[in-house]
Amino acid sequence: MPTITSSPTESRKRSQTLRPSDSVAGLLAKIILLGLVDAFAVYVLIVLFMQEKWAVLVLAAVVTLVINWIYLRRGGLPAKYLAPGIFFLLIFQVFVMLFSGYVAFTNYGDGHNSTKEDAISSIQLAAQQRVPDSPAYRVTIVEQGGEFHFLTTDPDGDISIGSTEEPLEGVSDAVTDGTGKATELEDYRTLQFDEVLANQAEILALTVPFSEDPDDGTLRTSDGSTAYVFSPTLVYDEAADTFTDAETGTVYSDSGEGTFVSADGQQLNTGWKIDVGFANFTKAFSNEDIRGPLLQVTLWTFTFALISVLSTFALGLFLANAFNHPNLRGKKIYRILMILPYAFPAFLAGLVWSGLLNPEFGYVNNTFFGGANIPWLTDPLLAKFSVLLVNLWLGFPYMFLVCTGALQSLPEDVNEAARLDGASPWKLFTSIKLPLLLVSVAPLLIASFAFNFNNFNVIYMLTDGGPRFSDTTVNVGATDILITMVYEVAFGSGVGRDYGLASALSIIIFFIVAVISVISFRQTKSLEEIN
Amino acid sequence: MKVQTTRALHLRTLATAALSVAVLAVTACGGGSTDTAAGESAAPTDLAEGGSTTLTMWVDAERAPALEQIAADFKEDTGISIDLAVKDFAAVRDDFITQVPTGNGPDLIVGPHDWIGTFVENGVVAPIELGDKAGEFQESAIQAMSYEGSLYGVPYAVENIALLRNTDMVPEASETFDQVIEKGQAAVDAGEAEFPFLVGLDPKQADPYHMYPFQTSMGVPVFAQNEDGSYDPSKLLLGEPNGVEFAKQLVEWGDSGSGVLNSNITGDIAKEKFLAGESPYYLTGPWNVPAAQEAGINLAIDPLPTVGDEPAQPFIGVNGFFISSQSSNALAANEFAVNYLTTEEAQDAMFSVGGRPPALTASFDKAATDPVVAAFGEIGANGVPMPAVPEMQAVWADWGATELALIKGTVKPEEAWPAMVENIEQKIAAG
Repeated sequence: MPTITSSPTESRKRSQTLRPSDSVAGLLAKIILLGLVDAFAVYVLIVLFMQEKWAVLVLAAVVTLVINWIYLRRGGLPAKYLAPGIFFLLIFQVFVMLFSGYVAFTNYGDGHNSTKEDAISSIQLAAQQRVPDSPAYRVTIVEQGGEFHFLTTDPDGDISIGSTEEPLEGVSDAVTDGTGKATELEDYRTLQFDEVLANQAEILALTVPFSEDPDDGTLRTSDGSTAYVFSPTLVYDEAADTFTDAETGTVYSDSGEGTFVSADGQQLNTGWKIDVGFANFTKAFSNEDIRGPLLQVTLWTFTFALISVLSTFALGLFLANAFNHPNLRGKKIYRILMILPYAFPAFLAGLVWSGLLNPEFGYVNNTFFGGANIPWLTDPLLAKFSVLLVNLWLGFPYMFLVCTGALQSLPEDVNEAARLDGASPWKLFTSIKLPLLLVSVAPLLIASFAFNFNNFNVIYMLTDGGPRFSDTTVNVGATDILITMVYEVAFGSGVGRDYGLASALSIIIFFIVAVISVISFRQTKSLEEIN
Repeated sequence: MKVQTTRALHLRTLATAALSVAVLAVTACGGGSTDTAAGESAAPTDLAEGGSTTLTMWVDAERAPALEQIAADFKEDTGISIDLAVKDFAAVRDDFITQVPTGNGPDLIVGPHDWIGTFVENGVVAPIELGDKAGEFQESAIQAMSYEGSLYGVPYAVENIALLRNTDMVPEASETFDQVIEKGQAAVDAGEAEFPFLVGLDPKQADPYHMYPFQTSMGVPVFAQNEDGSYDPSKLLLGEPNGVEFAKQLVEWGDSGSGVLNSNITGDIAKEKFLAGESPYYLTGPWNVPAAQEAGINLAIDPLPTVGDEPAQPFIGVNGFFISSQSSNALAANEFAVNYLTTEEAQDAMFSVGGRPPALTASFDKAATDPVVAAFGEIGANGVPMPAVPEMQAVWADWGATELALIKGTVKPEEAWPAMVENIEQKIAAG
């Protein structure tokens, strides 16, 4: 842990905090906690400095300074409370959203995974191919004047030495071990394994020419004990920024799309990440695979979200109302039983239900329908019904909880007055309880709609979007909602994953949900006038 | 100066405490990133003075115990400790691809060979040179681990499917699938069994992997193979003339036909029914053999039955170790992979834990004293490696969905199969 030198903020802190009214314990706690935070921040800054990540370094420094300013100044108590929350909000919400937004404008995905430098070094790594039928050399790493050399022993026992500058040449006076491997040579110092490790970057980069003729290849080692003769199949020309095939002479140049491509369209394996502007958004709207089933999927998404909210709310409210009766015994037991599905992870529930609904072996068909082969998950309509049913089972406890809470907070005198006026229970419920309830529950219904709009887990685990549409090429089916379709398009089929496209589609979905939510919230304001 | 009440001060202290907890929590989440930084910036002299460094290897829970002893030996010899980070197998491939460029990835990872294509495409693995040691492995394993002329992994296990037979019901092995169905049906008719034949089919994707031997037996491989055994993704062979014949067979065996292939039988149900002695046959891999033996089933491991004139070739999956292209400790990682994981001891240990036939010939010969391993190995010798080319990702979804529809009998083979081929070709061209 590095020690912190006294800084201007430190001295200011002392002058500020040494007030007569401060309790010693409080002051100590404050100094220790802030000290821990600062010490950690300094450690992080040092690490970032080592990694040369300047942008993050500046950001971290600014955040640290702001935190110290907040807690060392005298006033501003609200800021002292809000700071941790805002800190988390920035990291886990704002940053994630901004990063998704940024990814949407790149071609990040399989084949475009990193920087151009990384791609070039990967291609060069893969291009180093061992010369066929060349012997394996046993190697000792020796050093002279700070320069590393290979002391090699070939399968016949002939010993040579060489370095990057000097091609391999035979030596005769080397010391060998019992197996005939040369281990020492006069005027050279032999490196132990830990020294080899310590200098591994240089040793791995050693390429010892096999002879004066560069076409014979070079010796390299990857483990410090054996070396092989390699010759690259592709040679990178830094000035021209091209790769040339050593055998055919084909030139691969930067295509501007994050890949190296030859004149006749042959592409090298590894590409890199580049900014592509709005290409992902245009692809989202022009891609046949997406456009074809888009309307059906969008309609179903709205239907699914809406029916899920309404059905869970209806059932939850009905049960909450029923179990809210003052004279009911064992209310606690019932309520606990009600909440059980809520405690079930949707992942697990989806899998379990898909087993229960198996046409031939499932519990549902065998027990309730006398062994009838009802295709719950494989007929388009029934599958939609099943998804809604399972989602109802998963979702009603939440509504039950919410409505129970809301019902218990309703004023009893209003009900009394209505009853005295001779209102029927139904009238009482629809005209008094429900409107009052909606004031507090409506925003939760909107939130529930937004949640179900993107309810990936239930769909993915229960039907995986199936049964598949037979008239489209993309792997989308009758129960796919927008988010599972995005997943399918970006990660499921096609060649590899496409984070850029997925982010672009997510942003589009975000706008849809945002618009609906804004409109709905405006509508619910009218409810508040009831009070 | 305004005198503050102690209450306000307590509140301030509380707020400070909340902040500290928050910051520490955040850094605990992101703590992983600092380790590698320390590794990268470690001064060379530290090592020379006998300090040790650490290699990180991502493994799944199942394989971790097998590697502990080898890791201990390695530490004893070299002073380098190996940190076996247990990862969820389902997500580890994508995590590796995402993490390696950031410098937070591991030095080594364990996985099946068909990841290689995607790894190379993303530039996250380094080639490995085994030299003469390559000859000590089964040829199919080395072939599977090779991609575009370079070897990318140290293989340790080869696995493939076979036909499990309950010898109490059917005492003899069969050559063709027709004979299998016949004997299975006889067992059903005699009241000994409920199903003539079992194979697990995913309710959404069926199972092209398990169906593949039947397909190859009819002369319909996925991609053309080059002379060296590698796949040529530009030549999709699913559209071979016999493809439609195979599709017709699926309909015939499926729900609308004889019901030998039942789309309602998932992997779990198939296993359960076979263990309960409900069927004489079960098409599966070595991973289900221990359970069957424990259930007291008298097992025989039969060669895969043929459907057409060609041999029934299953896919071979080869598990192995890969080295990250961005490893800051590449020399040590290579030392471990090339000189430790290739030893008989290491391969034996992996076998004793995983039960999958070893890739090292010497270890395999030892393991093959077990007739089950020998039988699986013999079938695998005739198999073809699972394609590692990234284009394969475009094949699975359509292939599975089409086979499922055929087995259900909801589509016409003459239309569905060519449509599938066209779809896959389009996706490969677009990718």
